[in-house]
Amino acid sequence: MLEVKDLHVTVEGSEILKGLSLTIQPGEVHALMGPNGAGKSTLSAVIAGKDGYEVTSGSITFDGQDVLEMEIEERAQAGLLLGFQYPVEIPGVKNIYLLKAALNAQRAARGEEEIAAPDFMKLVKEKVSFMKMDTSFLQRAVNEGFSGGEKKRNEILQMLVLQPKLAMLDEIDSGLDIDAMRVVADGVNSLRGDDKGILLVTHYQRLLDYIVPDRVHVLVDGRIAKSGDAELARELESRGYDWVVEDSAA
Amino acid sequence: MSDEQRFLDRLAERNAQRGNEPSWIAARRQAGAARFEALGFPHRRVEDWKYTNVRDIARTDFTLAGDAEFSPATAAALTLPVDAHRLTFVDGVFAPALSALGDLPAGVQVLPLSQALEDNHEAVGGPLGRLTGVDFSAFAALNTAFMEEGAVVRLAPRTLVEKPIVLQFLSRDGETPVMSHPRILIEAGSGSEATVIEHHVGEVEADNFTNLVEEIILDRGAILTHYKLQEAPLKDRHIASIHVEQARDSRYQSFNLNLGGGLVRNDLVTELNGEGAEAVFNGLFYGQGRQHIDNHTWANHNAPRTFSHENYKGILDDRAHGVFNGKVVVRRDSQQIEADQSNANLLLSDRAEIDTKPELEIYADDVKCAHGATTGQLDENAVFALRTRGIDEQTARGLLTLAFAGEVMDRVKLDAVSARVELTVAGKLPERFNLAGLVETASALNEES
Repeated sequence: MLEVKDLHVTVEGSEILKGLSLTIQPGEVHALMGPNGAGKSTLSAVIAGKDGYEVTSGSITFDGQDVLEMEIEERAQAGLLLGFQYPVEIPGVKNIYLLKAALNAQRAARGEEEIAAPDFMKLVKEKVSFMKMDTSFLQRAVNEGFSGGEKKRNEILQMLVLQPKLAMLDEIDSGLDIDAMRVVADGVNSLRGDDKGILLVTHYQRLLDYIVPDRVHVLVDGRIAKSGDAELARELESRGYDWVVEDSAA
Repeated sequence: MSDEQRFLDRLAERNAQRGNEPSWIAARRQAGAARFEALGFPHRRVEDWKYTNVRDIARTDFTLAGDAEFSPATAAALTLPVDAHRLTFVDGVFAPALSALGDLPAGVQVLPLSQALEDNHEAVGGPLGRLTGVDFSAFAALNTAFMEEGAVVRLAPRTLVEKPIVLQFLSRDGETPVMSHPRILIEAGSGSEATVIEHHVGEVEADNFTNLVEEIILDRGAILTHYKLQEAPLKDRHIASIHVEQARDSRYQSFNLNLGGGLVRNDLVTELNGEGAEAVFNGLFYGQGRQHIDNHTWANHNAPRTFSHENYKGILDDRAHGVFNGKVVVRRDSQQIEADQSNANLLLSDRAEIDTKPELEIYADDVKCAHGATTGQLDENAVFALRTRGIDEQTARGLLTLAFAGEVMDRVKLDAVSARVELTVAGKLPERFNLAGLVETASALNEES
């Protein structure tokens, strides 16, 4: 469903991604790992359409569409959703409003009618309790004054309501205690499905004990240096990244 | 001929058409004209008018409207959809056909000024002009010289008006520009309570001048919520001098919502004269194109233990120019007062401009005062975050712009007013008003399960 080919990206003149290629098939969970500064977050930011990243060559297609030609909101409407490492606080915009407006924007893009209020609330209520959140969260402004863990739960809550075809989760495990990690991991696991893909960007293997990936990639210096299955993540946990870095330099 | 003389000639013409008037009115007219002539239109060397140029008003030859004819269909489209007691004026002339007072509670009077004068001119003569004298400004003097129509609202002690009272001022797209000088007089008896919505709106191409004077007198414990929804056409000029006098334990809450008008100036003054009196000034100004919107406010703490809270939000796009000047004055013996004042501005364009000046003048020592002003732009990270959830850019920007006005708009309890603000400020957003009750429903569902 997602195909990234030989992607080169520069940020403020310096090249961060240097020929990255990655294919995600429906039903697969991929983990993108690597040392700090390898460009892990850059990939998901470029796919989501963040400003300040220049694609100098290569391509990204999603379900056959050229992602780089799509507006940011069109990418989301097509089912490509980014979960932020640092979720943005949006004062004055209530969570409930964001969820409703986003869900209806997605439905409108598919030519569907707006969701009826009772159906919407039933859906939201179910997802809120799944994420072990209180309904009072819905009335609060998006992420405003939320703790780190609450913000991450809120990202997953949005995913559960919007049901992306491909969820890209950027360091979704950072700043989580073990209980919150379980809740977040349960949320992510519930997004899995035969027609859905997940891309986890993470520095640590810990998360992958809860969300077992089909494929693990190690990003070193803007390129995927090594790929494998879940076993590779465990190897990285015990051996660190250095050996991959050295192997790739050799 | 000077600009001022042209206005005085118009006054003489009008005076020649008038029948006999009570002598106090004729005397005030004369005093107003004399003061206007002496002061002249304010120029920008005067500190209070430093950022607002009224030359366009001074140089235009305005006449006075002769009738209140207005297309009922257009009026219906402009009227706020609220169940209310309504008086309508067209270019300052009372329009009975577009008014509907309905059943007013006993002890409550809402009537056109002309009617109030006819009924009992002496009852009007006492309060009228007491708060806004001819010395306040050239515009107040000019208004006094021309005064003939407007609205009088009187609430007997302990009366409660449940439905809002709407004073609607329609500006007409006529052949030549006209001026009107409406007076509003509100007298709220002790313990009475009401909501007044003053609504200025008109035909898109209208090109007129409204020069308004309002006097609001709140007796002990009276509560007044005053919406001023200013949606005048973009070529209209709008000058308003609003004076409030507050006795002990009274509460005045103002929503000064400025969305329209080409040149707008509001002077809002409250005199907190009795202990326990409280004033809340909520303001929003939204300018686009070349709109110029100037708000000057004064909270005068003349008695101990008085309270004022002010929060003005400015949103300026294109080449719009906003001015905020808020002054809190605490008299020497006014101890234990609390006053806070804040003005935050959002500039949506590089060419928009804001001049903001919060001021405190404190002559007492036991006071709690705070003030501040900020100016910024939309948070592009938030725009991006909303778009990554599938919300289109225009809606995302609209939402965030409206959210900026949030603290002020959250206090607006009338959806009809919120909806007008939302449409102007943010464009058409996905059904913000359909959220009411949703979360309560969800909480109830949670408890069941």
